[in-house]
Amino acid sequence: MLALTVLRSQACRKGEHMFTTINPGFFTTIQDNGRWGYQAYGMPVAGAMDRYAYRVANLLVGNKAGAAVIEMTILGATFKFDESQLVAICGADMQAKLDGVGVNNWSSFVVRKGSELKFEYAVTGCRAYLAVRGGIDVPSVLGSRSTYTRAKIGGLEGRALRQGDVLNIAQDIEDIENGIQTRVLEAQYIPCYDQNISLRVLLGPQADMFTAEAITTFLNNEYVITDEADRMGYRLVGPKITHVNKADIVSDALPFGAIQVPAHGMPIIMMADRQTTGGYAKIGTVISPDLSKLAQAKPGDLVHFSLCSENEAIDAFKEEQQRYTDIVRSFHDQKNSSGLVRHFSIVVNQQAYKVQVEEYIS
Amino acid sequence: MEKVNGIELLNAGEQGLVIEFGKEISEAVNRKVHQLARRLISEPDMAILEIVPTYRSLLVYFDPLKISRKDLSEQIERIAAEEKMFHSEESKEVTNIVQIPVCYGGEFGPDLEFVAQHNGISVDEVVNIHTSTPYLVYMLGFTPGFPYLGGMSEKIATPRLEKPRVQIPAGSVGIAGSQTGFYPVDSPGGWRLIGRTPIKAFNPAATNPFLFAAGDYLQFKPVSVDEFFEIRREVDAGTYSPEITSLQKG
Repeated sequence: MLALTVLRSQACRKGEHMFTTINPGFFTTIQDNGRWGYQAYGMPVAGAMDRYAYRVANLLVGNKAGAAVIEMTILGATFKFDESQLVAICGADMQAKLDGVGVNNWSSFVVRKGSELKFEYAVTGCRAYLAVRGGIDVPSVLGSRSTYTRAKIGGLEGRALRQGDVLNIAQDIEDIENGIQTRVLEAQYIPCYDQNISLRVLLGPQADMFTAEAITTFLNNEYVITDEADRMGYRLVGPKITHVNKADIVSDALPFGAIQVPAHGMPIIMMADRQTTGGYAKIGTVISPDLSKLAQAKPGDLVHFSLCSENEAIDAFKEEQQRYTDIVRSFHDQKNSSGLVRHFSIVVNQQAYKVQVEEYIS
Repeated sequence: MEKVNGIELLNAGEQGLVIEFGKEISEAVNRKVHQLARRLISEPDMAILEIVPTYRSLLVYFDPLKISRKDLSEQIERIAAEEKMFHSEESKEVTNIVQIPVCYGGEFGPDLEFVAQHNGISVDEVVNIHTSTPYLVYMLGFTPGFPYLGGMSEKIATPRLEKPRVQIPAGSVGIAGSQTGFYPVDSPGGWRLIGRTPIKAFNPAATNPFLFAAGDYLQFKPVSVDEFFEIRREVDAGTYSPEITSLQKG
């Protein structure tokens, strides 16, 4: 008896590892960690809206943390693969089908050469992330591949994907040895997308521009996400949040999650494509570990704000960082359970051999 | 909140610290903002990820797992307390002024006539006043490279359009109240358009994609339609460099 592992390696030639957009869906862009370091020049950060789903998608295919992925919104895209690829889908459930057969989110799987991966409407969540092993290869603009459509930069020609767009694969691979493995995210790490979400908020920097009653109103009521909810910001409606005097400030900087309240008293939460500065008073900031929930919320969904202390916010941030470490560790435990390994018994010269064939995606 | 050493420290989420010097637009306040920003950028051990200076405050993004807000605040208060820090820049400093060629009026400046009528002066006077003085870039924001300028004369101040235009071409020079500036990229906007510059304030393909940094000065300079197109050809060919003059202060 002999165990034999056959590795079928494919030579990687530039431009050969790619896939084509058959249908772009509603709003599909290329995103990564974002364009950091240029906010002083008025350049928005952009980047993936749901940082958790984005990061986990890359972990599932063994990519570097900053690799570029595809972000789809509400209605997903259809892609045809010109080469076999290891891919993962995280975030919204857009009923992904590989050549007509349903595939699971939050796990990586192989798409074979010539196959079609099709996404439909999101049944839960709002944004789905497709990570391909190696990441999407588009030119980096100011240190990021993120599409920022308003300035027409990043991604593919600074725009959302169109039918016929061909995407090449980069080499942003972290885990070279274990990259051939498909992986499954443990259930405890899979978020549940509710249509009623709670967001923890640190009050400030201009909470003192609101009446005490206004802060109570803000924290004790539900707000509805309006149709004006995009990569730049989410506009909400609900009970009016009243200012002590005026609503305007001399413009200052806006972080991801800042809650601006203009004179009409309705909150606007600033998201990935937010402008770098703004002139409305900010009642508070959604803590960063909770922003993934908001990024998956849709118009009509309900938001409830709860007060958070600095220590709670830091603990939540630590927990989120720890979760990535734990996920990577859980993948190493899955080492021997690859779904890609096939076993054959072959007989050569009346001698029986058991052969293990493992498909290799370079 | 109590002011310590002339600054107020506020939070903007668990990774954001706001250092506020004042609530109003003032050149003196803005100078302190940029001075502290430059100082903090050169501090290596403070776990600072990015600094966003604005009219009157800085937002410091930091890693809360590497430094606590308390420690970061104490260090910043210590730096702000150094008396020397905010005095050196007042006088005898030479500042560069970037000359921005503008073709006023016509199809490039559809609101020039309105600005003149609104202020009861001639079109030529509007152009003379608009080009007579250098403007300080207080901050950049709104869109990449958009300069928020200060110091425009009230004699040409004009309210915004009641209904903003959906698309304004890059390079359009506008007035909103007593603010002036120009649009680096095509965008919607409600400012009164008085002219257009062939200069690109944001060019992602250039070695330095942003023409200005906060703290710079710029001055508008009238050019003819022919000059506009000639400069634009040079800009497109990558051979144009804006004229720089010096401003001696103090």
